[in-house]
Amino acid sequence: MSVYLDNAATTKPCEEAVEAAVKMMRENYGNPSSLHRSGLDAQLVMDKARKVIADSIGADSSCLYFTSGATESNNLALRGIAGAYGKRKKKIVISSVEHASVDETASALETQGFEVVRVSPRDDGRMYAADFVNACDENTCLLSMMLVNNETGYILPVKDTFAAVKRRFPDIVTHCDCVQAYMKLPVKVTAMNADIISISAHKIHGVKGVGAIYIKKGVRVTPVITGGKQEKSIRSGTESTPLIAAFGAAAEKLLPTVSERYKTAEGLKSYLLDKLKDVEGVSVNSPEDGSPYVINVSAEGRRSEIMLHFLESKGVYVSSGSACSKGQQSGVLGEFGITGKRADSALRVSITAGTTQPELDAFVEALKEGYEKVRG
Amino acid sequence: MKEIVLVKYGEMALKGLNKKTFEDMLTKNIKRRLKPLGKFVCTSAQSTLYIDPQDDAIELSEVVDRVGKIFGIAALCRACVCEKDFDDICNKSYEYLENVLGCAKTFKVNAKRSDKAFPMKSPEICMELGGKLLEKFPHLSVDVKNPEVTVTVEIRDTNAYVHAENIKGAGGLPVGSSGKAMLLLSGGIDSPVAGWMMAKRGVHISAIHYVSPPYTSDRAQLKVEQLCEKLTDWCGGIAFYCVPFTELQEAIKDNCPEEFFTIIMRRLMMEIAQRIAAKEKCLALITGESVGQVASQTMAAIACTDAVCRIPVFRPCVGMDKTEIIEIARKIDTFDTSVLPYEDCCTVFTPRHPKVRPRLADIEKAQNSFDFEPLIQEAVENTEMKTFNLGD
Repeated sequence: MSVYLDNAATTKPCEEAVEAAVKMMRENYGNPSSLHRSGLDAQLVMDKARKVIADSIGADSSCLYFTSGATESNNLALRGIAGAYGKRKKKIVISSVEHASVDETASALETQGFEVVRVSPRDDGRMYAADFVNACDENTCLLSMMLVNNETGYILPVKDTFAAVKRRFPDIVTHCDCVQAYMKLPVKVTAMNADIISISAHKIHGVKGVGAIYIKKGVRVTPVITGGKQEKSIRSGTESTPLIAAFGAAAEKLLPTVSERYKTAEGLKSYLLDKLKDVEGVSVNSPEDGSPYVINVSAEGRRSEIMLHFLESKGVYVSSGSACSKGQQSGVLGEFGITGKRADSALRVSITAGTTQPELDAFVEALKEGYEKVRG
Repeated sequence: MKEIVLVKYGEMALKGLNKKTFEDMLTKNIKRRLKPLGKFVCTSAQSTLYIDPQDDAIELSEVVDRVGKIFGIAALCRACVCEKDFDDICNKSYEYLENVLGCAKTFKVNAKRSDKAFPMKSPEICMELGGKLLEKFPHLSVDVKNPEVTVTVEIRDTNAYVHAENIKGAGGLPVGSSGKAMLLLSGGIDSPVAGWMMAKRGVHISAIHYVSPPYTSDRAQLKVEQLCEKLTDWCGGIAFYCVPFTELQEAIKDNCPEEFFTIIMRRLMMEIAQRIAAKEKCLALITGESVGQVASQTMAAIACTDAVCRIPVFRPCVGMDKTEIIEIARKIDTFDTSVLPYEDCCTVFTPRHPKVRPRLADIEKAQNSFDFEPLIQEAVENTEMKTFNLGD
């Protein structure tokens, strides 16, 4: 038996998504840009997916564009805004705990002459709207912050920050990387005051290789990929209709149960934390009020990667830090005040509402055993 | 802390004995529009409607977004509900306005005391609350002329309300309060704007569209359906009629002089529209025409078109420039759809040199040279209807 507890890295595609993708490949393979009926049929399926996903974030479907995934969406947000507004405004403000697709892109823009300000959590490990407002000025073109941190599950104060920043500097474009929040927490663009958000399909039981970006009407974005003017020229390249159909199917399935699943996940998180309470050497790195879907723990003195492989040998899959960085430490934990041996031994358990208590038990047992057996 | 949405009536507040009818219509429209978001209690008093969400999970920004597109409303705002007690008003204000005032530099307080039994007078409330807020947020300063934030306190019948933003409503009259009319929807920029403008005056819209396959494509029809969908945000549900028009257009081309093609086509469109309007109990037709915009929209051409109409034809864009129409189209979010480049029925067989000042007698003579009636009847019979509901 294998216990998959790495759902923040990727999720298992749901049946509906697989079926939708296969159906598009078998029957509805037209190019949505073709003028004939076969093209129109493909476009209609894509339009429906677009509408489902746009509705799920409280947006108009004309503001949603498909991309190859959230990394591309984040790149498009940062590079696109820098391209459109960066001639006069050379400053970008981001949080210091962003995913690499934001952080590295910001660094790349730094080499092109942009000033990047990274706002860190305070000593209490939390972030405050006022710190972001103070970091922004008239020269700032973009503020980018994620909603849920992928390593600890910490929920950033996006709504308050964006509202406060918009009040003081209405022209700053606000971008939110919602990858770990979408379909887990309510994500509504108007309520969040977000001008741009990025989401990904494979984190919500869709298929890898597709994501989306919401861009508020009136916000200009210089495309990163140019070509045949698909997606209203925002993202050229023939749309991957099978993956998009799968994305729509997954979103349609999950949307009605966001709050219900959140409660289930909360129950699972507290069950796990309860079980871990008495385990020797284990400390919890995630904040209590973080997303219940991500639980970061350390078995002190046992290095993450070794422990990960030990757990693997017991059939339990977790991640060390963020899976995208292939085991490299990202420095995000340090930003939250988790340093030294505790950071070296951090493990990320990420669940879905479908995770079971016996699965969590299996993890806890394996962790206990690992703590005994693994040295260094 | 309880937060609600306050809705201030537009010109219907000035209505006399039939005000209640307008109020009921507006309440019904609001309830229908908010239904997908959850449960609400709507009550009205003193020309204000109180929208009270019954579930904490309801996002008020979405409520404001939706209600902002409902006609009949002058202004709306999110407000915090307080006891009619000054201390409670202060305490709730601290909490409710923390984020707004925490990030502002200047503010002022505005008080409206419609319940005269409240012991403090309006200027007193302004002064006292202003003082308290200054104590609580020492970084602020008062600016009565150009404040960043205006804190408004309203002392009303049952409660007091505190809010810090007033959002302009859509204006006009509640949709449905003026009856029904049939909009000729081509897919261009003007006709959706015309429909929106009449809906603003309380008119419930049905739409009619003419298709000419293979000269027009499925995508062209889809585009018009998308426009209908966009309009439902403002106009409520729309019955959409799609008329097969190919044979009539071919008949005009084969039997009438080329220079009259567009005018005769428009006369036939009007004829079909009013037959369907009669079935739908529509009292008028609406078009997006603007005088002088194209050859078929000169005064002489409009006179020739109007000669076949037995019910009023409203042309709300008649005195507007294209740029003014585009401005509205952008505001109501139909522009991007309208400019999608698909051939529509109006551009099929367009004459090279259309008659700019046609004479009615010439047009009638040309039209009478062929018996269009059987084809008109056939088109009406084969018309397909689709309904677009709110939020579909």
